[in-house]
Amino acid sequence: MIQLTNTAQRWGLVSVMIHWLSAITVVSMFVLGLWMVDLTLYDRWYNAAPDIHKSIGITLLIVTLARLTWRLSSVTPEPLENHTAIEKKAARLVHVLIYVLLFSIMLSGYLISTADGHPIDVFGLFEVPATLHGIDNQEDIAGDVHLVLAIMLMSLAAVHALAAVKHHVIDRDRTMLRMLGK
Amino acid sequence: MKKMLYPALIILALIGLPVHAANYVIDTEKAHAFIEFKISHLGFSFVKGRFNSFSGEFSYDENDPSASKVSVNIDTSSIDTNYAERDKHLKSADFLDVSKYPTATFTSTSFKELGNGKARLSGNLTLHGVTKPIMIDVTEVGAGKDPWGGYRRGFTGVTTLKLKDFGIDYNLGPASTEVEIQLSLEGIRK
Repeated sequence: MIQLTNTAQRWGLVSVMIHWLSAITVVSMFVLGLWMVDLTLYDRWYNAAPDIHKSIGITLLIVTLARLTWRLSSVTPEPLENHTAIEKKAARLVHVLIYVLLFSIMLSGYLISTADGHPIDVFGLFEVPATLHGIDNQEDIAGDVHLVLAIMLMSLAAVHALAAVKHHVIDRDRTMLRMLGK
Repeated sequence: MKKMLYPALIILALIGLPVHAANYVIDTEKAHAFIEFKISHLGFSFVKGRFNSFSGEFSYDENDPSASKVSVNIDTSSIDTNYAERDKHLKSADFLDVSKYPTATFTSTSFKELGNGKARLSGNLTLHGVTKPIMIDVTEVGAGKDPWGGYRRGFTGVTTLKLKDFGIDYNLGPASTEVEIQLSLEGIRK
């Protein structure tokens, strides 16, 4: 029987899948973003790359909102016995920060493309309308914020990943195994 | 009534005096002035845009038009082609580099009327940190009193700039090496 929901000891399949799919998506979006801004008029992907980046971004926003709702309305696994007070505090802080950065990055991205009042097209399926727009240099300010926060998120994600590896390899505890559904 | 007659006559006489050199403020406050441009897109169509924020003044002397002067300051970061991502790109170092060059300026050096309401305006344009002499083909549209107690005068102007002349060398393709600037300016006499 595959466990879909979380328990006090384990992450359920829903949380596990969203975690890893999000992680892969976020890292891919970072790479795509850095690559696409250096494309010029004569590159075949000049238009397509940003279109894909925006569509995935909006999709990820919807998924992350659902993810947060799921998390806040679920049991979450308790800290393990060997987790120290500092580790518990640090983990909580980093996890909260990652959520804050994710939403800030997606919001600032949205504010770049909608700065002139135009909606964002998502995979040709639907459009997300502009809301806050028309601010002087909105696209530039939002763009700077988007990049800076993305770099911060990548740094924090690296710390997050290293911490998981530390638990697995040095502490030899179940922290990382739990996020693999075990 | 008689006491008011002479002052009234003097005032009427002053109003009727012929205008010599007059200084005008370009009416950007109520947006009766536009600085627009047009550039080819791949040779298939034209992209048009506008600089939404600028200021300027001109002086014009009906009795000696050649003494006319114009000066305009353009906020380069106000470029608007109705597409946020394109505007963002245009403001970047690839094109206008507005953080380095936030203002473009034009200061006239001569004004020559050619008859039939046409004129040639020469001056120095500083754009993207480069100053070059340019010539604008001017058409005088009209001048006169407005309904609110002011006096206005308006012109249109056209000129074509080579992007490379001003250090903008991003490869837009062979059809897009030049941009046409279209001006429509109304000044309120000071």
